Amino acid sequence: MLKIEDLRVSIGDKEVLRGINLHIREGETFILFGPNGSGKTSLLMSLMGFSGYNITGGRILFRGEDITHLPMYERARRGIGMSFQRPPTIHGLKTSHLVQMCGRGREMDIPAMARKVNFEEFLERDINAGFSGGEIKRSELLQLMAQKPSFVLFDEPESGVDLENMQLIGKVVRRLLDGEVDLPPGMCAKPLKCKLRTSGLIITHTGYILDYINADRGQVLYKGRLCCEARPRDILEHIRNYGYQECIKCLDEPNGAPSGLTLL
Amino acid sequence: MKDVKLSDYTFKGIEHGEIADLRTLDASDKNRILYAGVDLDACDGSAVFMHMDQSTVHCESRDPGVELLDIKVAMKRYDGLPEYAWKLVPADKDEFTRNVAENVHGGYFIRTKPGAKIAKPVQSCLFLKAEKAGQNVHNIVVVEEGSELHIMTGCSTAHSTTSAAHLGITEYYVKKGGKLTFTMIHNWGQNATVRPRSVGVVEEGGVFQSNYVLLNPVGTLQMYPAIHLNGRGGVARFNSVIVTPEGSHVDSGNRVILNAPDTRCEIISRTITTGGGNIARGHIAGHAVPCRGHLECKGLILGGGQSLAVPELDATVEGVELSHEAAVGKIAQDEIEYLMARGMDEAEATSTIVRGFLNVDIMGLDGPLAKAIQEQVEKIDANAM
Repeated sequence: MLKIEDLRVSIGDKEVLRGINLHIREGETFILFGPNGSGKTSLLMSLMGFSGYNITGGRILFRGEDITHLPMYERARRGIGMSFQRPPTIHGLKTSHLVQMCGRGREMDIPAMARKVNFEEFLERDINAGFSGGEIKRSELLQLMAQKPSFVLFDEPESGVDLENMQLIGKVVRRLLDGEVDLPPGMCAKPLKCKLRTSGLIITHTGYILDYINADRGQVLYKGRLCCEARPRDILEHIRNYGYQECIKCLDEPNGAPSGLTLL
Repeated sequence: MKDVKLSDYTFKGIEHGEIADLRTLDASDKNRILYAGVDLDACDGSAVFMHMDQSTVHCESRDPGVELLDIKVAMKRYDGLPEYAWKLVPADKDEFTRNVAENVHGGYFIRTKPGAKIAKPVQSCLFLKAEKAGQNVHNIVVVEEGSELHIMTGCSTAHSTTSAAHLGITEYYVKKGGKLTFTMIHNWGQNATVRPRSVGVVEEGGVFQSNYVLLNPVGTLQMYPAIHLNGRGGVARFNSVIVTPEGSHVDSGNRVILNAPDTRCEIISRTITTGGGNIARGHIAGHAVPCRGHLECKGLILGGGQSLAVPELDATVEGVELSHEAAVGKIAQDEIEYLMARGMDEAEATSTIVRGFLNVDIMGLDGPLAKAIQEQVEKIDANAM
């Protein structure tokens, strides 16, 4: 689905990603861990194609196509969607109108979709104007529901969200990744769901989101390099116990053999 | 501002007879007027008025709650309207008011019955068809106690190249508890000279709401309508959307004078300069307490031109609360990229942001007019990109 080959990215003259290799398969959810400033957000921004993230080496393949230098909207139209952490306010642009535009002409029942993220009363408000942390998440999810991406980039779905909203957001993220479809009555859901499962790349600090989704694989990003691949829950537990110290050790070792995580 | 020589225009002899059915106008004229917000084919206002060049050609009230007369008829019938005519705008204010006072061609006198809440808007159209025509218009609006009225007025030239001058005096009287919504859409051309002079008074508990839209070029337009809130609890709101393409010179502002306790006002102007010159003025004066006023001038420069914001606040009593917010800028890259991440290309993203910025939606215009405005906004982006 998404293949990143030796990707190097600079912001200004600072190299933030130093040769990233990653392969996320169809339907797979990949969790990215790492301390602040390790380059996690930069990786997501580079995958989406934001200006200011200069790709100095390597390439990004999406479904076999080289998208390294495609404009952002072309990536979006090919099925990559992103949930923003701090989206800008756009005055005069109603949330419902933006959701409509995310659907790109697809017929949708926007109020019904908004109900699923408890967001009906915000539909007539300007997008992101005075939204709280949790409201931003719900708004982003609503837009993604309309966009129906086949690959989702989530930057900290749990940041700024209280526990009550976390449950709602967790469930919706799961539905999104499960490739939720409205099935005709009497039709068996299982095979369809498997086929339509959405892939995802999720950044998490707290790991709360892991309670809601089936995360297949995870890895730590540290100083612009990926290391320590393991099951996401195991990585999380390890970080909780030892912090990111082990990653430094791990990166220093010649084959990148994880000393702390090999036991897991 | 460009100098205006009134001697360049002809202020007499361009007259027209009555047009009983406005649908019989030329299709191209009707289309120009549509872009000024009046759909003559579907005209279903509570009253309909049209002034062409130097004659009132149509004047018809369909609602017993609204009186609509040609100003000249009203002046005769009501002995010169001594309470209203030239009471707010002094006839000798400037050369334009003098020019109108000496030779009024027409205009509307609109008066509601006390307590009458008029559901449908009064539709009015001021049209300049003849080359070099000078138009002297005097309008008076009286919203009687407890009454509500919406006037939708469209001003247009017959062609985008018509060289003509429109001088318009308007005096508004909103009596106790009355409410007047005044929506004005201008559709001039690069050779049009426009000098409106408007002043209104609002009595206790009255509301004056103005919506103004100018999206097409205008050679030179200068206006500074003022509202005096003279009674307790009066409210004034101005909402303007102005685009100045190359060749356009606009100097436009709104003024509110808070003369009584518990009065408040809000002046919001959104301007886009795509090569022309735009001066966005605003003035709020507070002379009684408590009173509150907020002034917001936001300008975008897309591709060139000048944008000058001149907000003024004048408080003469302790306790007055006035604020202003003025900004001139460009479309933010992060907003464009946010929308591009949702699949919009750069042009789509820009036009979506510009539409939001202009925010004409809040004026509640619908039907063919909303569509016409939409088209015009899209044209702005095409030119600016």
